[in-house]
Amino acid sequence: MTKTGIGASVKRKEDQRFITGNGQYTDDVSRPGHVHAYFLRSPHAHAVIRRLDIAAAKGAPGVLGVFTGDDLAADKIGGLICGWMIHSKDGSAMKAGAHPALAQGKVRYVGDHVAVVIAETLAEARDGAEKIIVDYEVLPAVIDTAGAQAAKTQLHDVAPRNTVFEWAIGDKAATEAAFGAAHHVTKIDLVNNRLVPNAMEPRAAIGEYDPGQGAYTLWTTSQNPHVARLVLSAFIGIAPENKLRVIAPDVGGGFGSKIFIYAEETVAVWASKKVGRPVKWVSDRTEAFLSDAHGRDHVTHAELAMDAKGKILGLRVKTIANLGAYLSTFSSSVPTYLYATLLSGQYDIPAIYAEVDAVYTNTAPVDAYRGAGRPEATFVVERIIETAARQMGLDPADLRKRNFVRKFPHQTPVIMMYDAGDYRASLDKAMEIADVKGFGKRKREAARRGRLRGLGYSTYIEACGIAPSQAVGSLGAGVGLWESAEVRVNPTGSVEVLTGSHAHGQGHETTFAQLVSERLGVPMESINIVHGDTDKVQFGMGTYGSRSGAVGMSAIVKALDKVEAKAKKVAAHLLEASEADIDFKDGKFTVKGTDKSVAFADVALNAYVAHKFPTSEIEPGLKEGAFYDPTNFTFPAGCHICEVEIDPETGVTEIANYTAVDDFGVLINPMIVEGQVHGGIAQGIGQALTEGAVYDASGQLLTASYMDYCMPRADNLPSFKLGFTETRCPSNPLGIKGCGEAGAIAAPAAVMNAMTDALGTEAVTMPATPQAVWKVAQSQQKLAAAE
Amino acid sequence: MAQTPKIAVAMTVNGQDVSARLEARTLLVQYLREGLRLTGTHVGCDTSQCGACVVHVDGKAVKSCTILASQCEGAQVMTIEGLAHGDKLHPMQEAFREHHGLQCGFCTPGMIMTAVDIAQRLGTPDEHTIREELEGNICRCTGYHNIVKAIDAGCQEMAKGQHRQAAE
Ligand code: FES
Ligand code: FES
Repeated sequence: MTKTGIGASVKRKEDQRFITGNGQYTDDVSRPGHVHAYFLRSPHAHAVIRRLDIAAAKGAPGVLGVFTGDDLAADKIGGLICGWMIHSKDGSAMKAGAHPALAQGKVRYVGDHVAVVIAETLAEARDGAEKIIVDYEVLPAVIDTAGAQAAKTQLHDVAPRNTVFEWAIGDKAATEAAFGAAHHVTKIDLVNNRLVPNAMEPRAAIGEYDPGQGAYTLWTTSQNPHVARLVLSAFIGIAPENKLRVIAPDVGGGFGSKIFIYAEETVAVWASKKVGRPVKWVSDRTEAFLSDAHGRDHVTHAELAMDAKGKILGLRVKTIANLGAYLSTFSSSVPTYLYATLLSGQYDIPAIYAEVDAVYTNTAPVDAYRGAGRPEATFVVERIIETAARQMGLDPADLRKRNFVRKFPHQTPVIMMYDAGDYRASLDKAMEIADVKGFGKRKREAARRGRLRGLGYSTYIEACGIAPSQAVGSLGAGVGLWESAEVRVNPTGSVEVLTGSHAHGQGHETTFAQLVSERLGVPMESINIVHGDTDKVQFGMGTYGSRSGAVGMSAIVKALDKVEAKAKKVAAHLLEASEADIDFKDGKFTVKGTDKSVAFADVALNAYVAHKFPTSEIEPGLKEGAFYDPTNFTFPAGCHICEVEIDPETGVTEIANYTAVDDFGVLINPMIVEGQVHGGIAQGIGQALTEGAVYDASGQLLTASYMDYCMPRADNLPSFKLGFTETRCPSNPLGIKGCGEAGAIAAPAAVMNAMTDALGTEAVTMPATPQAVWKVAQSQQKLAAAE
Repeated sequence: MAQTPKIAVAMTVNGQDVSARLEARTLLVQYLREGLRLTGTHVGCDTSQCGACVVHVDGKAVKSCTILASQCEGAQVMTIEGLAHGDKLHPMQEAFREHHGLQCGFCTPGMIMTAVDIAQRLGTPDEHTIREELEGNICRCTGYHNIVKAIDAGCQEMAKGQHRQAAE
């Protein structure tokens, strides 16, 4: 391993600009003469717009334009789309209600977009919006996930019973048979609470129209600028792709919420031509709560069939997934192919059958949030196996071991083919680090202090790098999920790598450069990673689903292979040797068995000077591109163990210990990987203990600020204990599995298994806030007293 | 409609005297970001909770989203852009890089300004105290683990620096 190569904890290249205040986030971009957009949003969860009068607003001071859904329709601007087609059990296509960027006659959630006001200053835009008169006929709102299908009110004409689809996976008959043969059946009901992603940088957009070129530029907080351009161009109809440039500069966190194509950027870029000035929109935090796509929101009933020895025979699951008022960009894939395909967990389960009904409600759209479907699956599998162990009087670690998949590749009953793993190894290592042996003593010691101590496991599995493209296409994806890369070697030997991935905290400028540095022997400071601009990078699929290591870096490997092959040809001419005799190592080309050598930078220069080789055989220049399509998903897995201590008098929970042992395959930069795990765990603990989006019965979001939505703070969390095991991923050239989401996937189950262990009842729901925990603790104490 | 009345404001920002005529309602963060184009100070919320906007006013950490520019009349304001000495980073900036105390970087300027304030007030506090002191700064990326490590290291470095100065 070199000091900066694969496996080294290299300090991040990108940090210099962030720690000195020189980052360039979308709101930091200032365009000459830019003006401000303010969206008038619906205060009602469900209403017909009887009258919309914008005359007074148009004449307000500083106002340059006021636009409504009619203006978009007149310009033939299409609605927002959902790019993954799901078919119901009966073969019918999912019911996608129209999703206009600005309302057309009806609003369907609090925060829905009614009109936009563009003015010289933001204050004037806001003041202008106050002058818009809207006459709403308020309709009853559908809020409850489980009750949506029975509600009398229907959100979209195309969707009877507010049902988007009724989908199923697995073998129903085989699963019934497994239950018929069961010695023990464990049943649980679970709610996976609705979360708000809350990247610290709120969404923002600046649209600008250049009349000379007839072209638009959009700066936007996007995890995937090329996909944004494709959707804005091909589906929404802003402009042809060659007349639309999308730039995603520094982006302050995404966690899924910045994958999607929203109303605001659509309107900002469109309106820039209308008003003839660049248009800037920046979300405030309340708007973010109201209109960013939310995450999770499942209601699930699950049953696990076991034989007498604790071997799992079958699993059946029924989930209702709330997708909110409209289908967001990838929403339909989340509770289906990203969820139910992981219901086998780390276990060899012969038969699985899962049904998922997706429903519309008068709430913000729900889509992918860190983990997207896999946290929900892990929560079901890991909560039910822990519960089963308790019911059967078995040790939860032993029960897991008994059922682990041991032979690879392993075909699950729900599509996935696990390619590599060693689940026993990560469990053993986690138990050692967490000192599970000493838990009994710690529990007794806590009891003496009047505290309830509990321990919970989560042996999770997830799937990253959604792939291969053909396979996901057959499952309904509207896009392929490959990645692109271009490696440009400059004449002086410095290197630019253009990638279709996008970084918004993951550190690609460092890790991708590590790969290039190791392969070409070029120092880190001579390598630039270029991303996030559709005028620079030709095309790419962006960053989500922990795909950028496994897929994005694999594309770079392919391009590097081509660069090396071409450079060898040039080197052969320079060294007057045959190409077959050229070796390349540590930045030097040598001729086998001689001391003749030439440095990489010299080869680069000569490739451009082109004096020393016949250009009829070798083209001048040194620049290669590649597209990489993975051969399979990757399957990161591991074991997290959480230990909690509860004060039954106050309901306050302390995370006393948190251990994570993960198998991510090969690690490029352990420091960065650990950081990803820390952040994921914090979000998972947040889901379990503090976070939850709450709508009241009329559809008002009660948790629309940091006063009401409890983000985990530093003093809610401990320092985490991490460990790694490694089985190389056979499905990509670097052996990488992906690490961005594991923490958020594993943690909720680990925490809740610890909470239920401490409290002695399974009846604890997320978020287990002090008030909720106090109630459970009190009723448990009453029960104990009565016995 | 009448022009919104403006008032004259003068202060020192990162060692430079600046003055402007501003609408009275202008927040310090607006003046810094829009007026002076010092965009390192960020806005992450509208309820004074996230701390992305923390700057120093007369040597104390202040949420610049919660103070009017006019309240800083005559004050010494320091933002993240003023923390380093030329190319030489402040020890707290160094510590954040060294300990991977940032990911997306959005909370970072506010975190670092808060951290410097913690060090100035408390010297070298323990982990528990650092965590409690961070109550007003939210980070969504790091889980705080490495931020806490960075602040601990930064505080130690700053204390050493003071000893050095005292010894000289
Ligand atoms: S922007 Fe000042 S505290 Fe959030
Ligand atoms: S580093 Fe992204 S919010 Fe803290």
